[in-house]
Amino acid sequence: MGRPYYIFSNGRIKRKENTVYIENENGDKKAIPVEDIDTIHLYGEVDLNTKLLNFLSQQNKIVHVYNYYGFYAGSFMPRDRNVSGELTVRQVEHYLDPERRFFIAFSFVEGAMFHMIRNLREYKDTLEFQEKIKTELANASETKSINELMGCEGRARDAYYQAFNTILNNGFSIEKREKRPPGNPVNALISFANSMIYSTVLSEIYHTQLNPTISYLHEPRERRYSLSLDIAEIFKPLIADPVIFKLVNNNMIRLEDFDEDVNCCYMNETGRKKFLKEFDQKLTTTIKHRKLKRNVSYRTLIRLECYKLIKHLIGDELYTPFKAWW
Amino acid sequence: MNANIDIDFNNLKTTGIKVNYLYVCERKLWLFDRGIQMESRSDKVLMGKLLGDNSYLREDKKEILIDNLINIDIVGDDEIREVKYSNRLAHADRIQILYYLYYLKQLGIEKRGVINYPKMRKREEIALTSEAEREVEIALMRVKEILMLNKPPQLQRKPYCTKCAYYEFCWG
Repeated sequence: MGRPYYIFSNGRIKRKENTVYIENENGDKKAIPVEDIDTIHLYGEVDLNTKLLNFLSQQNKIVHVYNYYGFYAGSFMPRDRNVSGELTVRQVEHYLDPERRFFIAFSFVEGAMFHMIRNLREYKDTLEFQEKIKTELANASETKSINELMGCEGRARDAYYQAFNTILNNGFSIEKREKRPPGNPVNALISFANSMIYSTVLSEIYHTQLNPTISYLHEPRERRYSLSLDIAEIFKPLIADPVIFKLVNNNMIRLEDFDEDVNCCYMNETGRKKFLKEFDQKLTTTIKHRKLKRNVSYRTLIRLECYKLIKHLIGDELYTPFKAWW
Repeated sequence: MNANIDIDFNNLKTTGIKVNYLYVCERKLWLFDRGIQMESRSDKVLMGKLLGDNSYLREDKKEILIDNLINIDIVGDDEIREVKYSNRLAHADRIQILYYLYYLKQLGIEKRGVINYPKMRKREEIALTSEAEREVEIALMRVKEILMLNKPPQLQRKPYCTKCAYYEFCWG
């Protein structure tokens, strides 16, 4: 199993025999054995041809593309070999039945809120925010519709982001969460971090038979691979936010790592590189899995979450969201 | 042709790998049948494939697909051969080749069976006795039964679970 490659330089990626070559503007070439690749993330302006895409498809490798501002633009996903008609039917079945849909949607919210509270517990003076999230979690369990559930989730998230002002030092703060476009550095960081979790989850879903367009918390109408958004809820506070806290509070990322346009703030290349270095390190960090009695990485935890969902959908084992126990 | 057959063979036909999985793990059989497959991510499966591709290169008839259903590794004049990495699951390898012999017999072809373990420099000869035929029939009916289940058979800890491509799926 390979690893993700993050490409910042402008230039060209090509296939030569069974090796992928990355050539930057100065003509420097770097060879990557294809077996070592799981996913390629492209941030720079890169030329590539169908010969490469055919090769990556044959080898079952994914390419994610990000735009100039570092936002997720789209993916090249090889022809899907992992199809299970049975599973797709059951995914739809669980979407169409309101009770079954709610069960899964609530589980995602529960996992997300658990990890939000867990993050805040690490920091002083965040008790009131933790309480607010707990209240919303309790409310969420009483709700009847996905809409109300989303409302609780939204209010919990507001409280959570408010707590960022207590947690973050070094001149970083957030007034309110703004997405399109992010208006200040903290929003820019969160947006970038979330898009990385999104594409990471999508890569993991792709390696299973789950259909990424059929989702439960988010509407499948969102014109995105919305199942990826669903599962990402659990992992944003578990994986992405601790990376943000670390970078900001240890003064590893600074205000100079952001560029501001009119109304829009985004991380520049040095900022993205710093983030991705820590993010990648986090994804490869391993913990001893209690049930598997094996060391697994954070990235594998995402995969296992997909497996648990499959088991739920085929009536094998009830789904419970991942909750970090350490 | 065999006069003892009172089973509806056409209705029980399946692939060799499924008959093999019946003896390995019923749960794996069910999941595999439903397209919930983990084999593409397994290094062990890859090793097995490489071994199959790179062994017995002098043989002409390799990977013979019959009826678009059963895939025999090597077909010789009097024998069919199956190439396996190790004999750890010898009982499952045995039923698989017995099934192929049984299948061929329905088509009016009688051969002997051989399982090759090239890594271990071992071979095992398999003959389709009437007792073995009965065993195949029971296995085929059992495969059918399991595949009719609405959900996968319960988890069962087996000594080789940790080596299986489904380990993280089943136990995670």
